[in-house]
Amino acid sequence: MVSNTDKKGYLSVQDLVVEYRSGGETVQAVNHISFELPGGRSLGLVGETGAGKTTTAKSIMRILPDHATQKVEGVIEYDGTDILKISEAEMQKVRGGKISMIFQDPMTALNPVKTVGEQIAEGLKVHQGLDKVKARAKAIEMLNTVGISEDRVDEYPHQFSGGMKQRVVIAIALACNPELIIADEPTTALDVTIQAQVLELIKKLQAERGTSMILITHDLGVVAQICDDVAIVYAGEIVEKGTLEEIYDHPMHPYTEGLFGAIPELSKDVDRLSPVPGLPPDPTSLPEGCYFAPRCPYATDACREKHFDLEKVSGSHYVRCIKKEQEG
Amino acid sequence: MKNKKIDKAAKKPKSNKPGSLPYVWSRIRQRPLAMTGLIFVLAIFVLSFISPYILKYSWETIEMKARYQTPSLTHLLGTDELGRDELARILYGAKYTISIGFISTGVSAILGIIIGSIAGYFGGKVDNLIMRCLDVFQAFPGILLAIAISAVLGPGFTKVIIAMGISGLAGYARMMRANILSIRSSEYVEAATSINCTTGRIILRHIIPNAISPLIVQMAMGIASAGLQASALSFLGFGVQAPTPEWGSMLSSARSFIRDYPHMCVIPGIFIMLTVLSFNLVGDAIRDALDPKLRD
Amino acid sequence: MWKYVGKRLLQMIPILVVVAILIFTLMYFVPGDPIQILLGDSATPVQIEEARARLGLDEPYVVRLKDFVVDLCHFDFGESYMTGTNVGRELITRFPNTLILALFCVAVSLVFGIPIGIHCALRADKLPDRVWLFVTMLCSSMPNFWLALMLVLLFSLRLGWLPSNGIGGWKYFVLPIIANSIGSVAGIARQTRSSMLETIRSDFVTTARSKGLSEKAVILKHALPNALIPIITIAGGHFGFMLGGTTVIESVFSIPGIGNYMLTGINNRDYPVVQGGIIYIAFAFAIMMLITDLVYAFVDPRIKAQYISGKKK
Repeated sequence: MVSNTDKKGYLSVQDLVVEYRSGGETVQAVNHISFELPGGRSLGLVGETGAGKTTTAKSIMRILPDHATQKVEGVIEYDGTDILKISEAEMQKVRGGKISMIFQDPMTALNPVKTVGEQIAEGLKVHQGLDKVKARAKAIEMLNTVGISEDRVDEYPHQFSGGMKQRVVIAIALACNPELIIADEPTTALDVTIQAQVLELIKKLQAERGTSMILITHDLGVVAQICDDVAIVYAGEIVEKGTLEEIYDHPMHPYTEGLFGAIPELSKDVDRLSPVPGLPPDPTSLPEGCYFAPRCPYATDACREKHFDLEKVSGSHYVRCIKKEQEG
Repeated sequence: MKNKKIDKAAKKPKSNKPGSLPYVWSRIRQRPLAMTGLIFVLAIFVLSFISPYILKYSWETIEMKARYQTPSLTHLLGTDELGRDELARILYGAKYTISIGFISTGVSAILGIIIGSIAGYFGGKVDNLIMRCLDVFQAFPGILLAIAISAVLGPGFTKVIIAMGISGLAGYARMMRANILSIRSSEYVEAATSINCTTGRIILRHIIPNAISPLIVQMAMGIASAGLQASALSFLGFGVQAPTPEWGSMLSSARSFIRDYPHMCVIPGIFIMLTVLSFNLVGDAIRDALDPKLRD
Repeated sequence: MWKYVGKRLLQMIPILVVVAILIFTLMYFVPGDPIQILLGDSATPVQIEEARARLGLDEPYVVRLKDFVVDLCHFDFGESYMTGTNVGRELITRFPNTLILALFCVAVSLVFGIPIGIHCALRADKLPDRVWLFVTMLCSSMPNFWLALMLVLLFSLRLGWLPSNGIGGWKYFVLPIIANSIGSVAGIARQTRSSMLETIRSDFVTTARSKGLSEKAVILKHALPNALIPIITIAGGHFGFMLGGTTVIESVFSIPGIGNYMLTGINNRDYPVVQGGIIYIAFAFAIMMLITDLVYAFVDPRIKAQYISGKKK
């Protein structure tokens, strides 16, 4: 943990709201998400598919799909500037330069008609003004860094395996020494054996470079390996956040409890996994009151009527649940 | 105003299964341009049959005194080199262009589906033989093939349809064969087999619906180009022949008078264009409704 | 790669042979008598018999077919019944006119069609896109021979700016090229739009954007190259088609190209002209398809890899 770089690379997301338009209906993908990430730390955004994690990440990069995005509101401050307000030209300097993103599916994230070398070098030419020869040299260096031999620099993505492609994606993201990396489920599309290697690589590179990171995943095990802080996302909002220890040792929200219930523990003899029962709510018509109430084993009438705010439990631990209010 | 439409669009497909006939119809109805096109084609087709009874002039009455008249109140679209009323001729001729487009596309598609299914179903030597024949068919551009076949068969309405039907079948056959091959090895057919669906049921419920829908899209778009091709054939003198007022052959004979009486050239062309445009608009709407790739 | 080209060229031979036999047979059965057309109605039976024997038309089918194939193997298409000129030589002299027309039409349709398509894809479903969609649909609904007549009417007869038919300087090509390319501009624009729409929504474009590339670079360097394959297919098809002579346009503008030659041949039942023309067209078409496939490999390394490994069917 690099705590003396706190000021530099400080990311603060306040009240982020994102709405999509799909088939004539409005999808409330992100509903008032707020979090902070001091430089050098890493935050895990955990939640089910469709909870709005990737949308949050893409809002920070400002790469939401134009054709479907209806509304983006709130403040995303990075290094003291609101990156939702700066011009597109300024944003291009941020993207890939200061903040970069590792994508979920390495099979589709690489351009099939360009060599991997070209794809890594491109960012270097834009952000560091390198010429062709130097950018290529740096690209080869990056390939070495992620463990790919340099004679493959002129090969095309289709000549690489899934795990190798993900390494290339990581090399592209890290090429310009970004201050913040957003890793969107970087291992989900990979084989289990490869997953560990790629995670190890990300962890190592992050530690070496003092980069801060947002790791998006639905796998609490992965978060435990890599992150300092955790935010649990459900139906487009954060239901619980805190440090790794706070969340893992004292999960407060029933949804978080449910997620932990879904982790098989080798030490315990369980017959069945107990996943969170039910399905996430339809983002085109969210329920009144607590979004989790329909699936919550503790839900009361009060839960179905009132939507709760995120309340402080202790230290940096916050939770959005009536249970906490009753206890406190 | 827009919002209401979007609401409708969102609700409609839920009641009708995507890809079903009511669904396609509801999608066409949402598009004012496609509806306009459909109404135009229908109206002109119906008028084509009833026009001899409602118009003052017959399409074949020659009136030498009234030659080369530009559009006026007596002759709304003017008259031609023999003093025949252009409006009557245009309307009477509409049925040829429209039905050649429709029928020849139908002939192509039916022949293509049969040949393609045989190739796809039997595979092996039969498949190989059929595919090589299709290679020969596709060794030259479609219109040339149609011209060559027309030259053998001679001019006339039915013969044009046969010529165009044959010259267009290769595309459909290839498509059908490819569809059948890909569906036969697809996972949902495997799934259906694994839950003990009968072969008949698999063919009826899985293979045919999935193989046909891209062909319907192809046909919807094909009618427009068949209409264009038909008029081009007539224009070159291979299609429906004068004195039948097929629009292409009207243009062909009006061509000699373009310098002094351009209206005779302008009018049939506009009608060809509007009709083909209508086919295109409707075809486009059908494609949007049926092509799952285009759905959000 | 060369192995692939060689294989494709070899595959062409049987197709051309079948095309040749087929067209010969087709022509054999065509109703109408070239001698009648050649000599006119006033010809005496003796004259007709004489001419028939001179042209070898009195021989049985098999003998004529044999002669035809043997000549063909020596690249001899025979002489035209009507003019007595060598068909092969005639095709070669007419080829440049057709080639110029085809080249310019394809160039025009790419130069205008691709930018229009990109423009639309980037504004999908907004007003400019809808307007362009309608305009391109209107353009592809226009019969090209009618458009040709309208252009002649306006620019030659009314304004007197451009010649209405024949060949000479560049001016003679302007109207035919416009008349012939409007439809393909529209086709290319629509294809570009739909394949660009597909690619600009794909993940690697997001990757490119997230590197901080300018929007222009994202579209032109990442999205467009991946959207090119179907555009090349259409452009290649058009080009192959037009190398066979744009029959209708050549006829309207009286351009002595291959299409016009064929058309006269068919009308006059001039068998050698038709047979030679068809074989040439099938050949030009096949070569164009091969070139199209080679361009694919140039654009997409995955296709190139397939050709080299020879896995493609």
